[in-house]
Formats: sequence, C-alpha cells, structure tokens
Amino acid sequence: MEATDNMHAQDHGHHHHKESFISKYVFSMDHKMISKQFLITAIVMGIVAVMLSIFFRLQLGWPGEKFQILNAFLGDKWAPDGILDRNAYLAMVTIHGTIMVFFVLTGGLSGTFANLLIPLQIGARDMASGFLNMLSYWFFAVSSVIMLASLFVEGGAASGGWTIYPPLSALPQAMPGSGMGMTLWLISMVLFVASSLLGGLNYVVTIINLRTKGMKMTRLPLTVWALFVTAILGILSFPVLVSAVVLLLMDRSMGTAFYLSDIYIQGEALDVTGGSPLLYQHLFWFLGHPEVYIVLLPALGISSEVISTNSRKPIFGYKAMIGSILAIGFLSFIVWGHHMYITGMNPFLGSVFVFTTLLIAIPSAVKAFNYITTLWQGNVRFTPAMLFSVGLVSTFVTGGLTGIILADSALDVNVHDTYFVVAHFHIVMGMSAIFGMLAGVYHWFPKMYGRMLNTKLGYAHFWLTLVCGFGVFFPMHFVGMAGAPRRYYSFSEFEFLDWVMDLNPYISIFAIVGGAAQILFLVNFFHSIFYGQKASQNPWQSNTLEWTTPVQHIHGNWPGALPEVHRWAYDYSNPEHEEDFVPQVVPLKPGEHAH
Amino acid sequence: MKLLILLVIVLAIIAIAQLTKVYELSRSLRKNKEEEISAADNKLNANLMLVWMFLFFVGTVFLYVRYGDYLPLSASAHGVDVDQLMKVNIWLITIVFFIVNFFLYFFAWKYQYKKGRKARFFAHDNRLEMLWTLVPGVVLAFIIVYGLITWNKITGPASADALQIELYSRQFDWTARYPGENKTFGAANYNLISTSNPLGLVTPDGIRAKMDELDAQIENIEHQLEENKMMPLLPESYVATLEDKVSRLKRHKQRISDLDENSVNGLSTWEAGNDDRLVKGEMHIPVNKEVELIFRSQDVIHSAYLPHFRSQMNCVPGVATRLKMTPTVTTEEMRKITGNDSFNYILLCNKVCGAAHFNMQMKVVVESEADYNAWVAKQKMFKAPEVKEASDTTLANEPKKDTVATAMGN
Repeated sequence: MEATDNMHAQDHGHHHHKESFISKYVFSMDHKMISKQFLITAIVMGIVAVMLSIFFRLQLGWPGEKFQILNAFLGDKWAPDGILDRNAYLAMVTIHGTIMVFFVLTGGLSGTFANLLIPLQIGARDMASGFLNMLSYWFFAVSSVIMLASLFVEGGAASGGWTIYPPLSALPQAMPGSGMGMTLWLISMVLFVASSLLGGLNYVVTIINLRTKGMKMTRLPLTVWALFVTAILGILSFPVLVSAVVLLLMDRSMGTAFYLSDIYIQGEALDVTGGSPLLYQHLFWFLGHPEVYIVLLPALGISSEVISTNSRKPIFGYKAMIGSILAIGFLSFIVWGHHMYITGMNPFLGSVFVFTTLLIAIPSAVKAFNYITTLWQGNVRFTPAMLFSVGLVSTFVTGGLTGIILADSALDVNVHDTYFVVAHFHIVMGMSAIFGMLAGVYHWFPKMYGRMLNTKLGYAHFWLTLVCGFGVFFPMHFVGMAGAPRRYYSFSEFEFLDWVMDLNPYISIFAIVGGAAQILFLVNFFHSIFYGQKASQNPWQSNTLEWTTPVQHIHGNWPGALPEVHRWAYDYSNPEHEEDFVPQVVPLKPGEHAH
Repeated sequence: MKLLILLVIVLAIIAIAQLTKVYELSRSLRKNKEEEISAADNKLNANLMLVWMFLFFVGTVFLYVRYGDYLPLSASAHGVDVDQLMKVNIWLITIVFFIVNFFLYFFAWKYQYKKGRKARFFAHDNRLEMLWTLVPGVVLAFIIVYGLITWNKITGPASADALQIELYSRQFDWTARYPGENKTFGAANYNLISTSNPLGLVTPDGIRAKMDELDAQIENIEHQLEENKMMPLLPESYVATLEDKVSRLKRHKQRISDLDENSVNGLSTWEAGNDDRLVKGEMHIPVNKEVELIFRSQDVIHSAYLPHFRSQMNCVPGVATRLKMTPTVTTEEMRKITGNDSFNYILLCNKVCGAAHFNMQMKVVVESEADYNAWVAKQKMFKAPEVKEASDTTLANEPKKDTVATAMGN
C-alpha cells in the first residue's frame, strides 16, 4: 500500500499539466469532481420531483379547480383547462416517488457524500478505481435523462406507483402509463442499478484497502461507517431489483409469464399462465426495504458528524453507534415481508416479519438517544448544518414511532396503503434523509467549492423547510387513520372522508410554501459557488482528515505525504487539551490515553 | 381559495426577495471576517428551537383533539381487538414522541454556545447505553407479544359454518357472488369470461358457448387469410398478426378443454354455479354471523379495503385470497351511532389499479339475517350463456368486427 501511495505522490509531482475542460468537468475521474456532478444532478432531479409534487398537491388540495399554471406546464393533454388529468396525476405521483427515492436520496445522497468523504476522511488519494467511479456517475446521468425523457412519451410516464406492481405495470392495456413510459422506467432503473453497483463496490474496496496509516476501522468517522454499510446493503440488494426489473421487461416484451397468470383484460383472456404477481413483490421489497436504510444511513452518518462537531462534544457511544448501524443493516434484509401482510401471505410468516421488523426499533432507539445525549452539556453552535441535523433527529424519532404501528400486522391491515403510510415514510425517510443531505451540503460546501454558504439564508431555509415539512406530513397521519387511501386522484366520491379532507388545502399550502422555500437554497447554493465568502481551511474546527487538505482542490488530495492518524475522530473538548478540538493527525501527548 | 394561494405565493416571493437583500447586506458587512456564527444568531436559533417545539406540540394536541376519533367504533368483532391494540400503541408512541422530542429541543436550547465554556467530555457510559437498549427492548417485547396475540386471534381459517361471499374485482368495479341455496360456489375460470358471463363461471353450456364463439372467430380469421392467399391485399405484418391471433385462439380453446370438473359438497363444480347470485355495486351481509370473504381479480391487483370493519385484503389475479370477519353493527344502528342518516359502510379499492382507481367502490349493507335472506332471494341468479346455433347470423357477424378490432389494436 505504501508503494502505491508513493507512486501517487510522484504521479502528482511529475504530471502537473493543465487539464482539458472535458477531462476536468465532464469525464472526470477525480472523486471530488464526481461528487459535485452527483450533487448537481440530484439537485436538478430534486427540482423536477418537487415541482411534480406541487402539481398533484394542487389537485388534491382543490380537486376540480382550474389552475392555469398546470395548463402552462403540462399542456392541454395532461391538464386540459388547468385540471390535472387522472392518468397524469398517477404519472406525477409515480415519478415523484421514483426520483426522490432513487435519484435524489440514493444516487444523490450516497453518490455525493460517499465520493466526497470516503477518500478525504480515510486519508486516500482517490477512490480505488477512478474509472469505475466515472462510469458510476455516467450511468447515473444517463439513467436520469431516460427517467426524465419518460415524462414526454406517448401515454405518459410510468403510472403504477413507484413500486410498479405487475400486472398493472406489465400490461400496456391496463393503463396508458404502462406503455412506452413504463419501458423507459425499467431501462432507466437497470442503468441506475449498474451505477449503484459500480459506486458501491468502489466505496467498499476503498474503505477496506486505502485507509491511511493509523486509520483503524475503530477510528473511522461515523460518516464513513454509515457509507460503508450503505454500500454493502446496496451491493447485496440492488442485484435483486435488477432481476425483478428485467423479468418484468421480459413479461412485457417477450411473452414470458413470470408475474402473470389467469388474466382477462380488454376483452381478451391473456395467453399467460403460471406466473405469480406476488413474486415481483417479494423481489422488489427484498431491495425495497434495505433501500430505506440505503437512503437513511448516510443521512444518519452525516448527522453524527455534524452534531458532534457543533456540540463540541464526542459523539456519545461511538461503538454503540457502529453496532446499531451494523444491526440495522443486517435486520433490514429480513423484514421485507412487512410490506405484504395483506397480500394473502401466510399469517404465520407475517408474524415472523412482525418480530424482525420491530427489532429494528431497538438500534434505531439507541441512535436517537445517543444523538440527544451528545447535545447534553454540549456547547451547541447552530450552523445551518447543525439545525438540519437536529431536525433530522426529530423527524427520525417522529416518523420512526409510527413505524411501530405499521410493523404490527394486526394494525397494518387497517392503515395499509393509506395516508398514514405516506405520512410515516415521508417523515422518517423523506424528511430525515433530505435533512441529512442538506446538513451535509451546508457542512461540506466549503470543502466542495472552497467558499461558504450564506448562513442567514440557511437559517431561513431550515425553519421554513422544517415547519412546512411537518405541516405537510404530520396531518396526513390523521387523514390516513380516517381511512383515506393513497394514490387517489380525488376523495370527493367518499362522504365518510369529507370531514377529514378539510385538511387537504392546508397540506397543499404547506407543500407550496415548502417547495418555494427551496428557492432560498438554490439561490444560496449557486450564488455561493461563484461569489460566496472564501472558506478557511477548517471552518468548523473539525477533527476529521478532510479539513487538513488545502482549500483549493488538487489531485491526490494532500500535497505531500498522506497524513498519519493518531486518534479517533471525536476528541472534542478533550480535557487533556487546551483547544476544544484535536484533529486526528495530532499525535498523542505523552501519557495521554487514546480513546 | 385560489386567491389565498395567490396571496401565499406572492408573499413567498416577497419574502425571498427580502431575504436576498438581507443576504447581500450581510455579505458586504462581513466581507473579510472569519465565518463564525454570531452570538445573536446562535441565541435566536436556540430560542426558535423552543418556539418551534411549543408550536409542534400544540399542533399535535390540536390534531389529536380535532381528528383523533378518526373512525366510528368498529363494526366487526375482531375490529374491537384491533382498536384496543391501536389505542395502546398510539398512547405509547405519543408519550415517547413528546418525551424524546422535548429532550431534543430542550437540550438544543439549554446547551447553546456560551463563549468560554467547554463542553463536557462525555464519550460513553455503559450503564446508560444498556438502559436505553434494554428499555426499548422490553417495551417492544410487549408490543410484539400483544400484537401477535391479536394477529393470531383475527387470522386463521374461518369456521365451517361461516357464510361465504366472493368479491370479484376488475377495473373498475366490484361484483359480489353469493353461493345460492346449495351453499356451494360454482367453479370459475378466466378463460370463460364474456359479457354474458363476467365472472367466468364454468358450466357445460357456458363452455360450449365459449367454444363456439372461439370457433367462429377462428373460422372468420382463417377465412380472411384464405381470401388473402388468393388475392394478397393485406399488409404482411397484419397477416402475421392474424396468424398469431389464430394460434392464440386455439390455445385458448385448449385451455378450456383442459378444465377439470370437481365435486364439492356432493355437487359438481360445473353445476353448483347455476344458483349463484351475482350482484354489482352493492354487498349485503347479515349481522352477527361470521363471513368468509373470498377475493378474486380479473385483471390487475386490487385491494378490498373495509375501513369500518378494520379489514383489508389484496385481490390478486390467479390466486384466491380470503378474509374472515363478523359484522356486529347493522347499517341502521351505525346511522344512529354516527348521527348521520345517509351513512353507509363502504368497500374501497386500495391498490392503485388505473385511471378510475379513486372511484372503485361498493356500498356494503349490514342487516339482520331475515332482511339479508330476503334481499339475497331477490337477486338475479346466474344464467349460463346460451348456446347459439352456428347458423345464427349475429354470431357470424359480431366476432368479425371484434376480431379485427382487437387484432389491429395489438
């Protein structure tokens, strides 16, 4: 390993030539540039997903009202007279979910921060394979473009919900969205999985092999631990999704019947027998549930780092935090059946899933309590990143608790597929992961662009987002418990829901304001890239290695030899030191105990 | 309402414009200062933590008070257990919600940055960590055991004398099927579905009628192909489609001739369906009698959601799913309880199934057994499709149009 280090160092010394625009900004193999590419792509995808959600919230808040803005954006076919078309509504819901889960919170979150932080925080010159890393981004970019393109095809984008259950998604006769749009969705997802696998393998290999001298696994920052376990989850579960998706493609275009049997549709008894629609659900959720933690763990890892740094305190229970990340990672593979309690699955099998699912609450609770204890007797500095991290703990707890209801099969029966579920996962997974991602952007922006984001705009952004986020999703619990199913175009046909539907306009207003609040972030982000205040080398007085690199990015990250690590990442306010932080590169004092 | 949105959007834009100004101003003021969070900012955010916590908690209490009685009391026997379990769980998580969020926001406020103070170096504490691993463990053990006891109680096979009703779903309506006087459902198969036999019940006449229909279609297409051989006018791709159609129709015939006749309750499953009663748009069930609902689907996955009975089950094509429940409150009684004279129990589709998914519903009526029996007796009995003579002109013409249309559609 040392030999490679030297080689890299020499490499750096001897070939310091000017790079072309293409190799620097487009087909870059530098992990820092790839990280920025992931982030910007995710931001673009995020803007689309938020706009789609505002379109369908307009319909849900004021069903049947005419909004010229819908017509302006969507045209006469999808929003004739400014009223959202029923099929277009389902397409918006589907693509909103797909983009948010996969493109923003998987590709965007892991892609950005795994790329940025893994080499910088473990003390490596770059990822193990820069080439695979570049491929990973470009698969992601192409799959993003295909997903967006699917919005513009005949029949509209995929419309069966982001879980695209067959037979609905397998039969073009079943709905317009199961035509070309669905095919593109599937192709896009295959490329997306390729991207995730290339990225994930790279992350794992890099963390195992390229840690600098002294960087034991037990000295890794929790961000790296979280990204490590996330990558392993992805490597083990995404191939199952790709199988599910490819089998579905075959059912659609090659006459196979993996998921189809005994179907009569549009006046025709289909020539397919022997398949099982439930097989798809098993395969999908075998990825689908680990996916929740693929989305969540990086956010939790980022928050561990941000909360510890800004509380000026070591993260409480470092080893317990690692243990709970591992426990959550392991358990996430044996809980997928809780999405299928009411599919006719054997009730005994259901009870096994009840048991495993509720077990996850234990490591999750440990994490939440450890965050709160980290704040206790700290010296809390409210940077925007810190605010978002505190917000994350709140959403993680609030949303996690309703998971207890959903995990309990007997209770799930009555709230399954209702707005209660929508509320649950948007808070625990949507808001938490977005908050973690934003915390990461605010915290590491100086590392990415060498400039600072504006703090005041960050504050406004946080408070508006927090209030609007809860304003949108918290009331949905009650809408769901009253029996309102999700993915309904309108609830005007059901008298028994009228009384609770008066919440819907308020939810939509919060959604619109919350969406608009993101403009603050966009302005701040893009303005600061060029005009932000110049960052100092270690603006947050943090311990981790990335803050020992020069502000101006260079290939190979450190100008001279790689730094050597002497202590863990959380020596904040260590009583044996004058300063309230002790970077990992500072050698132990004589007689000082390593933590 | 539109005015309100417009107002909100305008306000949002103004707010953003103002904030941008503040941003520019603050930027020019601190051009060359080291980025440090100012004491005033820090204090403001710390205080906002408390303000927000207050709003959050008040909002939560308001929602509980205003919307906490989310559904009227359970109309089924098992639903009472479910409601009890729900109540206990909601209480538990609500208490934890308040406690944990309180400590989070309170600590954030209390331990805000003070110049010169050093945070307490508190890296781990085995006793504390053990405590909050074990306490959630114990509470969750309780939740799991209580939940599974309830689950085992409400699932499992229905009793032998339960009343069976089949719920048949398709885009976008429900049909209820009652087994009739012989208490036995006739066999059903998707290969026999036609406009006159929407559930595909298997009867010897129905099989013959369907076979004749398929034969007519095949003959029709083969005739077309024959003509085309003599005078090739059809495009080649269309010919291929027609040939494919013929082989599909032949396989369809094959599947029908493979159907097996079974015997249930001493009756042939091909005869038992003759007194089945099919009702669209409305399902009646007797009160205080166990019902076993059997779900089938014609096309895609649907889900039968009965919120007032705390019941839900997916309807999956190719697989019959089952659910048992005992309604305990009649529609009339529930109207009195809710004080709503037009109240009706309802069955909703709760698995996205296409454009009209949001309106795929069925009225459910719970009534006394006597009323129920009287109602069932009035419902139309299933009538097997008639076997028509092959020379019948309408038969020869109708499928022709039909066939061409479907073939072109493909």
